[in-house]
Amino acid sequence: MDQIAFIFDILLPALMQGLVITLKLIVWSAPFGLALGIGVAAGRQYGGPVLSWVCKMFVFLIKGTPLLLLLFILYFGLPSIGITFTAFTASVIGFILCNGAYNSEYIRGALLSIKDGQMIAAQALGMTRAQAIRNVIMPQALRRAIPGLSNEFIYLIKYSSLAYMITVVELSGVGKNVATKYFIYTETFMVVGIVYLVLVTITTIAVNILEKRVAVPGMNRAAAAQL
Amino acid sequence: MDVLSILIDWSPYIVTGIAATLGLVLIALGIGVLLGLPMALGQVYGSRPVRWVIGVYVWFFRGLPILVLLFLFWFGIFPGIGLGDVPAFFVGAVVLGLRGAAYQSQIFRGAIQSISEGQMIAARSLGMSRFVAICSVILPQAMRIALPGWSNEYPNMLTDSAVCYAIGVAELLTITSRIVAQTYLTMPIFLVSAGIFILLNYGGIKVLHGLERRIAIPGFGSGAV
Repeated sequence: MDQIAFIFDILLPALMQGLVITLKLIVWSAPFGLALGIGVAAGRQYGGPVLSWVCKMFVFLIKGTPLLLLLFILYFGLPSIGITFTAFTASVIGFILCNGAYNSEYIRGALLSIKDGQMIAAQALGMTRAQAIRNVIMPQALRRAIPGLSNEFIYLIKYSSLAYMITVVELSGVGKNVATKYFIYTETFMVVGIVYLVLVTITTIAVNILEKRVAVPGMNRAAAAQL
Repeated sequence: MDVLSILIDWSPYIVTGIAATLGLVLIALGIGVLLGLPMALGQVYGSRPVRWVIGVYVWFFRGLPILVLLFLFWFGIFPGIGLGDVPAFFVGAVVLGLRGAAYQSQIFRGAIQSISEGQMIAARSLGMSRFVAICSVILPQAMRIALPGWSNEYPNMLTDSAVCYAIGVAELLTITSRIVAQTYLTMPIFLVSAGIFILLNYGGIKVLHGLERRIAIPGFGSGAV
């Protein structure tokens, strides 16, 4: 069968190279996106009026701008004012900004769900505000934010394909090049799609395991009762 | 001043881009509701094969990047079924709509399932058919519950519509990059474009929040269910 040969001999080996780039994009973006999200959420929740306004504006502006336009600004726009990134770096920065803004919303929601009394109790025990946030509030809030954060991680996997639009030849890019070269479009993009589906499915399973691993026994029930 | 006069010169062109972007968003949201609501009902009330088919549809359209979906339909499926001549705008709107339906069906499904089963039983015991009960008891409540979640679809759809750039739909981002290529005013044009997207986003959300308040039933809210 001709198509089977095409898929296994030509398409899949090429896609593996693209997959490596896609994974690199994700591995570089996700940790910084999470860190940015935590920082922005904490700044918005516990910062002074100025910092909290800045964080709010950051989220508002990033969420309102299409990611593709953000990537264009980083890659095509910034060189005109003397700042030049490689396409890969520009993509990673764009993904971090976008991922961070969306993550911060989930983390902020989780922070709000932790009762005020905990902060008061921690301070009464002699902790500073920063210590209380780091050791008492955040560990609980981050656990509650896991479902939202994992959604954003899945979005990151899918939106990493936009890097192709600024010349990073990752999974979708390789697919597009192969499809154009051999004039086989439907099958190629279906296979590319299946690779993404596999990535997304693996992530979903991994997140479920992670959620169970980090769960504090009894905490979820208390949280459910509180809600 | 230079930038301003250039912007004024190009403004009719920018307006066509805004119109195309809003057109994409509105058509796609419409397709999303028209397909998503029956899909949600099918997933809640349908037979096992119906639920399975809808589940696979949702899994597929939510799992693929919008870029890959656009490429798949634009280069593969539409030419494959003899519709190679349809405009990119049409393909973009349909793909955004089909994908939106997968997301929206889950919002509607959650809302329908949040209505307690007793209501269906009560409606049936009053002599309503299942269909009448769904239309006049379940859905009027479920749609109100779904609206806040559904409102989030608008900003998502707006930002996703920009990806239609990849298949050459003349929406705002495509227009923006064409103006940049013509004028070499890279940064100002990009920033103006981002500003327009943010305004469209903000305006749309304001309208939707107004709608939420308008159709709210006093005393019936998230707390009541």
